[in-house]
Amino acid sequence: MGKAKDKSGPLARRPDNSAFKQQRLPAWSPILTANTVLPFFYLLALICMLLGVWLLLTVQSTQEIKLDYTELGNCDQCFQLRKNVSYAAQTCSCKVEFSIDRAFKGDVFFYYGLKNFHQNLRRYMDSRDDEQTLGRKTKLKNPSSYCEPFAKDVEGVPIAPCGAVANSMFNDSFTLTYHPSRSRTIPVPLLRKGLTWYTDKNVKFRNPKTDNLTLAAAFEGTRQPLYWQKPVYDLDPHDPTNSGFINEDLIIWMREAAFPNFKKLYGILNRADASFTKGLPKGNYTIDISYNFPVQYFQGRKEVVLTTLTWFGGQNYFLPIAYLVTSSLILLMAVVLTLAWWKFGKDGKNMKE
Amino acid sequence: VRLAVLNEPEAEEEVIFNQHQQLPRTRWSLEDEGIGPADTHWHDSRRKSKVATNGQSDVAFSSPLETEVIPDQKLLQQISRAESSGGCRDSSRKIDPHLDFFLALAICNTVVVSMANAHRQRACMSPSSSQTNNPLEAFSSMLKKAGALFQRKSKRNYSLSEDPVIDSTKTESSRDPNRLQTCSLHALSQNDILTAESEDLCYEAESPDEAALVYAARAYGFILLARTPNSVTVRLPSGEELVFEVLDTLTFDSNRKRMSVLVRHPVTKEYVLYTKGADYAIMELLGTPYAENISGIEKNIAAYTQHHLDCYAKEGLRTLCITKKVVSESTYQSWLGKRKRAQAAIECREELIMETAVQLETKLTLLGATGIEDRLQENVPDTIVALREAGIHVWLLTGDKPETAVNIGYACRLLEEEDLVINMSCQNKLTCTSILDCTLEEVRRYGEDPRNVGTTLNISLVIDGNTLAMAMSPDLQERFVDLAKQCRSVLCCRVTPLQKSRVVKLVREKLKVMTLAVGDGANDVNMIQAADIGIGISGQEGMQAVMASDFAISRFKHLKRLLLVHGHWCYTRLANMVIYFFYKNVAYVNLLFWYQFFCGFTAMTMIDYWLMIFFNLFFTSTPPILFGIFDKDVSAEVLQGVPELYRTGQGKGEYNFLTFWISILDAFYQSLVCFFIPYLAYQDSDVDIFTFGMPLNTAALFTILLHLAIEIKSWTVVHWIIMLGSVALYFIVTLAYSAVCVTCNPPSNPYWILQSQMADPMFYLICTLSTVVALLPRYTFHVLKNSVAPSPLLQGRQLDRMEPSTRNQWIKEWRGFRGGPLVKRYELSDPPSPTRATPVDFFTESLTDADFMGDDNSLNVITDNHHRAVQYDDNLFRKL
Repeated sequence: MGKAKDKSGPLARRPDNSAFKQQRLPAWSPILTANTVLPFFYLLALICMLLGVWLLLTVQSTQEIKLDYTELGNCDQCFQLRKNVSYAAQTCSCKVEFSIDRAFKGDVFFYYGLKNFHQNLRRYMDSRDDEQTLGRKTKLKNPSSYCEPFAKDVEGVPIAPCGAVANSMFNDSFTLTYHPSRSRTIPVPLLRKGLTWYTDKNVKFRNPKTDNLTLAAAFEGTRQPLYWQKPVYDLDPHDPTNSGFINEDLIIWMREAAFPNFKKLYGILNRADASFTKGLPKGNYTIDISYNFPVQYFQGRKEVVLTTLTWFGGQNYFLPIAYLVTSSLILLMAVVLTLAWWKFGKDGKNMKE
Repeated sequence: VRLAVLNEPEAEEEVIFNQHQQLPRTRWSLEDEGIGPADTHWHDSRRKSKVATNGQSDVAFSSPLETEVIPDQKLLQQISRAESSGGCRDSSRKIDPHLDFFLALAICNTVVVSMANAHRQRACMSPSSSQTNNPLEAFSSMLKKAGALFQRKSKRNYSLSEDPVIDSTKTESSRDPNRLQTCSLHALSQNDILTAESEDLCYEAESPDEAALVYAARAYGFILLARTPNSVTVRLPSGEELVFEVLDTLTFDSNRKRMSVLVRHPVTKEYVLYTKGADYAIMELLGTPYAENISGIEKNIAAYTQHHLDCYAKEGLRTLCITKKVVSESTYQSWLGKRKRAQAAIECREELIMETAVQLETKLTLLGATGIEDRLQENVPDTIVALREAGIHVWLLTGDKPETAVNIGYACRLLEEEDLVINMSCQNKLTCTSILDCTLEEVRRYGEDPRNVGTTLNISLVIDGNTLAMAMSPDLQERFVDLAKQCRSVLCCRVTPLQKSRVVKLVREKLKVMTLAVGDGANDVNMIQAADIGIGISGQEGMQAVMASDFAISRFKHLKRLLLVHGHWCYTRLANMVIYFFYKNVAYVNLLFWYQFFCGFTAMTMIDYWLMIFFNLFFTSTPPILFGIFDKDVSAEVLQGVPELYRTGQGKGEYNFLTFWISILDAFYQSLVCFFIPYLAYQDSDVDIFTFGMPLNTAALFTILLHLAIEIKSWTVVHWIIMLGSVALYFIVTLAYSAVCVTCNPPSNPYWILQSQMADPMFYLICTLSTVVALLPRYTFHVLKNSVAPSPLLQGRQLDRMEPSTRNQWIKEWRGFRGGPLVKRYELSDPPSPTRATPVDFFTESLTDADFMGDDNSLNVITDNHHRAVQYDDNLFRKL
């Protein structure tokens, strides 16, 4: 403005004669023609090819086993039992067997999986109170209205953790056993901690301040979610650092899955144990399941997944194949362009056609 | 002889719009002026300078009306002789017609006098001069600043020298050289004294023509010193100052086509009516209405004058007749009564006043005629040729006589020598209808003739105002438009301002084309407002046109740059930016759409909604805006050098049905890629919803920005900054947001998501793959198209890369290749018939039409593309 005032006379409103205002900035005008971009195409094809091959080789070294145990073996009884809500309090356990043909080398990850469970429904997703799980005292007793109708029970006692997400927490539990021979059984030790993101465990989820009281005292005045069998401060009775809101199963469950078919980490093979230092050896395994989570209401399926991981995730052939396909597509385009370049403007000036 | 001389000061003033910068300003006095040879020299140089260009950008705003007036020596001698002979004016009641003529020039106008160095003072001195508004003031001050010259000259037209009248005056004047000498010296000394004073005088007129006449009178010593509502002060060559009492001014209107000033002569005390006006309006008022009552000599004079006028018109001069009438006391009194009644009337006041004016303006005595050259501005023919090559049809709508208009038409290459010119001028509707029918039939037959396949008849239509009015009547307008469509150019002469706008509207409605009207005068305002795009040329005609216009330019030649360069740029920028905006939104919103299939159609988004808002608001907003402002597909030089490039914007341009849907399809494809590649990569994994959204969002960002990068034709440092800045901003904002926001925005949990993703190689693999796959088709398509079938614009861009000399070589060769000389070329490539394929394959013809309009230099261009021009130029900008 000050600048504008300096000028006067008939040319006062004349725009500045600067390269920017008069659009005279030196410009680079690339022309996309075959002869300029061909090297780029070939290079890109090559890079995608190499990446694809590398990824493919990496993926092929992984192993994965999936077991849909919804109605598998004697779990069928439990499945039938869970069909009736009135038996919800009854415990039911079942056992599934499987065998591994090839040893799982390295870290083995134990997942549970659910199918057709929409954790990404908007109303469901909204039904949670992050401030409560952050350990805010005020929110503990007075959960956010987002949690409705899972904010308070019929008597008006606040629920901790509130909301549909926490209420529907997956509550099957698994014990993996290795059978090196018919008579011998070795329980496979699973690490049930260190599964979450560091930030979730240490920043986003905190227990309310205990002030030297027990965790149970801290949660005094709240009650467990309706579908839970035990209160939140009792989720891991043996380890106070894994109980309450910072229970890792809870944290993992609260990280809502992107798709209706998903898996969530249950445990990692503890390779400190002498039998499993190299991973899971081949042989027969059984999983003892405490079968609690009903899936028939939403036509869902439950499964366990045992897998080893690569540096870019689990066993997923999509990426390597996608890279290889892309690479060949680019190569095809490059060949077409080469032909075009050969036939038409080799000199780059098609002025005369 | 004496009476014959009456007519002799035919005074062909020529206002020369000539800027000659190379010459230092010459202050000239009479003795500097060579007579014959110098005149002819000037005559020639004027002709040549029409074509010569001397447009330096720093004087672009100066007015071209410039002028020194070089008085004709012979005429001067006549005047001085008349002066001295009529020295004792009281004795001889008869005033020399030469003197009278110049007196009329000085008086019969509405020019206001101001002192060049005292504008304020002038405003006080003449409070009535409401017309002298700021633009005029600015104009005159500009004159001074630019140091441009008002150059004007009166000259003897030697082509008419066989005229016996002139010969006789010649001989007469040579008879007494001594006296002549003294007289001229006398005049000279007077002039010397007066120069200093009169130099300061500034004339501010409603039209440049008026000013020109006053300047002409001044050159002959009749200096208009002051004008108040009631008096006019004129200094005669003798130095005597006469104060005329102005009794009434009958102002100009387009029906009467003349104006009059009624004054009382201070010496003779006669009531004198000076009238000037269009020749055809004046001629019928000469003497009595009955021709037989005019004495033989007067008849002769009228005939001679008419002959001269015709010659002027053929040369493209604007003609005016100056007449005088002495009104008797009694007539005046009775007329005054009527006049006052008319002025006091409540109803039909305008008509009554006009009627009284008509009553007084009868039995006029012809004093002389003037021819004013309204010179074309520099580069007008070039500009018109370029516009035509650009596929724009040019029409000329002018108030001038047909002869003048045709002359101008040839001068500005609107008409070509080999054109078939159809002259339509008829008195009644019947003839008009038959002419239209015949011509149409002829044109059709020509088209059907097998011999003429591949050629088009070059028809130009010249039509005058009356005929135009008939042709535009509802029953004939279809036929008229049909014929006009076949014509290469149409000249409408003697049209009123209202007709101008009607023509424009007719063309707009019937031909369904985009119209552009260019004009510089107040009479073009209607037309400028009627057209789709109105362009005003600022100049001597005042600022009315400019104020009514959408765009203002200072010179006609700038129209070329305005349309061909800025119009083209603006069109491509807008077209591409609009398409890009559609694309961008479709591409991004579709990501969310695809997700609905996986979240039970609950309108859940996998991207935190603040990030979604920021995405359109910050991360991808500036690059398209920059694209819309800065992109230059082809440089200005090439666009001006190859006007045909303009045609890409007409009809089958860049923004059409096909390009729109292609980009929408591309948007769908890209959104599919950006969604399903991450989806498939994360399928059956333990990914959470917002972690899944992050690579999606990032891939979309890169795809959308790189898509633009493919579209951007020229990269400046600003582009790089904005592009890289957008990406940087995305990461900075998202990282900061993810780091700070622990519980905010409840349903979504952005906390630490991007950080954890950026630590995961999967993120990079997905982003890279999605972006590459998404952009591959477009990129390849561009490359393939550019290599196999390059568009004209691309060829233009290739021209750009060459050295200027090589480029010019190329352009020449290319033009040669495209077929013959200039004229031939648009014969071939510019057919109005939309069915025929042009021999030039990549310039498909477009049904375009344009109006050139001109009272001189007003243009009306009609094209059927949808462009607007920008006002970003060093030479052109809106003044208001």
